[in-house]
Amino acid sequence: MRILLPIKRVIDPYAKVKPLGDGSGIDTGNVKFDVNPFDEIAVEEAVRMKEKDPSIETIAISIGGAECEDQLRKCLAMGADKAILVESTREHDPSTIAHELKAWVEELKPDLILMGKQSTDGESNQVGQMLAALLGWPQATYASKITIEGGNIEVVRETDSGEETLTLPLPAVVTTDLRLNEPRYIALPGIIRARNKPLEKATEKSNKEPNIRYTKFQSPPARPAGRKVANVTELLAALSERGVSL
Amino acid sequence: MSRALFVCFDSEESALVTGCAAALGLPFDTLMLSGEGGAGDKSFVAGFEAVPPADGLAEALLSLSGQYGRIAFVSSMRSKDLAGRLAGLLDAAMLTDVIAVESADTFHLPMVAGSIVTTAKVTDGTLVFTFRPSNFAKDLPSTTGSTEKIALTPASRTQRTKAAARSGGRPDLAQAKIIVTGGRPLKDAATFEAVLGGLADKLGAAVGATRAAVDSGIAANELQVGQTGKIVAPDLYIAAGVSGSTQHMAGIKDSKIIVAINTDADAPIFESADFGLVQDLFTALPEIQAAAKGT
Ligand SMILES: Cc1cc2nc3c(=O)[nH]c(=O)nc-3n(C[C@H](O)[C@H](O)[C@H](O)COP(=O)(O)OP(=O)(O)OC[C@H]3O[C@@H](n4cnc5c(N)ncnc54)[C@H](O)[C@@H]3O)c2cc1C
Ligand SMILES: Nc1ncnc2c1ncn2[C@@H]1O[C@H](COP(=O)(O)O)[C@@H](O)[C@H]1O
Repeated sequence: MRILLPIKRVIDPYAKVKPLGDGSGIDTGNVKFDVNPFDEIAVEEAVRMKEKDPSIETIAISIGGAECEDQLRKCLAMGADKAILVESTREHDPSTIAHELKAWVEELKPDLILMGKQSTDGESNQVGQMLAALLGWPQATYASKITIEGGNIEVVRETDSGEETLTLPLPAVVTTDLRLNEPRYIALPGIIRARNKPLEKATEKSNKEPNIRYTKFQSPPARPAGRKVANVTELLAALSERGVSL
Repeated sequence: MSRALFVCFDSEESALVTGCAAALGLPFDTLMLSGEGGAGDKSFVAGFEAVPPADGLAEALLSLSGQYGRIAFVSSMRSKDLAGRLAGLLDAAMLTDVIAVESADTFHLPMVAGSIVTTAKVTDGTLVFTFRPSNFAKDLPSTTGSTEKIALTPASRTQRTKAAARSGGRPDLAQAKIIVTGGRPLKDAATFEAVLGGLADKLGAAVGATRAAVDSGIAANELQVGQTGKIVAPDLYIAAGVSGSTQHMAGIKDSKIIVAINTDADAPIFESADFGLVQDLFTALPEIQAAAKGT
């Protein structure tokens, strides 16, 4: 069985970011980048599956600039077998990413695509569903438990109102939610050791044009500063001044 | 892009679409996947008892949605699951969590846990989008011209073998006027329920939790509020023992009033709270509960 792991390089989720002064982009000058946390969960899950069944092959793939190599190396250090960097510096939107991934799926023929439910910087929560649609594969988003049994996969998934269970035939697309697992910690030596694992560099296969342009980046309006109250009595009085009586 | 279709999962959602539809400025129809009602010129009623899995459903929606230039959903986990799939099938552009509409092809959306608002322009073709209803006017007058039953017959290869069951009788986070949220210091599920649950029930409030509380098994997953949980916008949000991480604040900053109760006077949440109380939540919440008249 082969598992494909689409990986996005994202702004460090704990960094505080601001728009550039002219609103043309996000100021990433002093910001670190990391593997999208949800993609890390996907890698961890695939590596755990492989630990149980060594015949499984796991391939991480990322579309982006040369610097994405750092994030792919991290995935290799976590235990992915192989990585592909599809070098691209042009503008993308979720649909161009989905089309590019589709082209790689046709070449690599994975049985399962495990990927994040959303990226923590773009937050679009689209690529998994779009890719599944383009491939005509069944999908299970927001997975919190995955069991593979024969040609089927059982996914416990989070919904707006609790957990449900889906059973779907492979090949399929599954997107990960936070509670699927806790990714292992990789220390720097591990990343260095992963240097001799295969990392293939490739060019784009798809020429889909984006149909969304991001034209301006701004800070959201700040909430007006509030004030401290001394005790519960004062709190209730302050609320009642604002028209809320508990 | 002559017309818009608003796809609603239930009757409650149909009350939330009129503000966004007005901002879009296009004539529109609604599709009610379950429930009755609707808004706009025409309401298509599919009448599902349980809305089927997204893969089959998206395909069943193709012929209807293909007639619209803009297809909109109220933001939720279920709508994003379906909308992304539909956008893929239509090879359409998609925008997630629209918070403002400049015109029918220019929209504002949050990024990077709410630290950035970006303007996105659709350059070509159909657009599928989800929007946050709290950022739009509610309950604008709307006429429903006519209602038409529509038979959608999804052939899904995905089977739902166990349905979700929402726990407890408390209001849903998305609809609640008051939310009481607890963080890591609530210790365990029993304490969380006793300290927060009691107050919530007296106030007729929904209960929320931080990711730290959910991760440590203090609260159920579906109670998580924040960037990767639910986005809420109640009249009153009471956060007790919540530090105020960017990810948590991303989910609550459209609340009308935020109250923070935290023992650490320097906790970041005080920067965004309308009213901050530096006090132990284990004494503050019972005091509020005792003083409140209740519903
Ligand atoms: C990709 C990603 C996504 C995330 N998504 C979310 C999300 O959607 N929602 C979310 O909430 N988090 C999310 N997080 C986690 C987030 O970064 C924080 O770790 C989390 O919000 C912290 O939860 P907390 O405030 O309960 O805990 P802590 O940060 O530990 O804060 C506890 C607070 O309680 C105070 N306190 C302690 N004892 C008491 C007492 N007796 N009375 C009153 N106050 C007391 C402390 O002073 C402290 O400020 C995400 C993180 C990542 C990386
Ligand atoms: N540039 C990219 N390269 C590879 N995978 C990506 C890329 N962008 C997004 N993805 C995948 O799509 C998922 C969802 O991202 P999004 O829909 O952008 O929120 C991510 O968790 C990744 O698995």
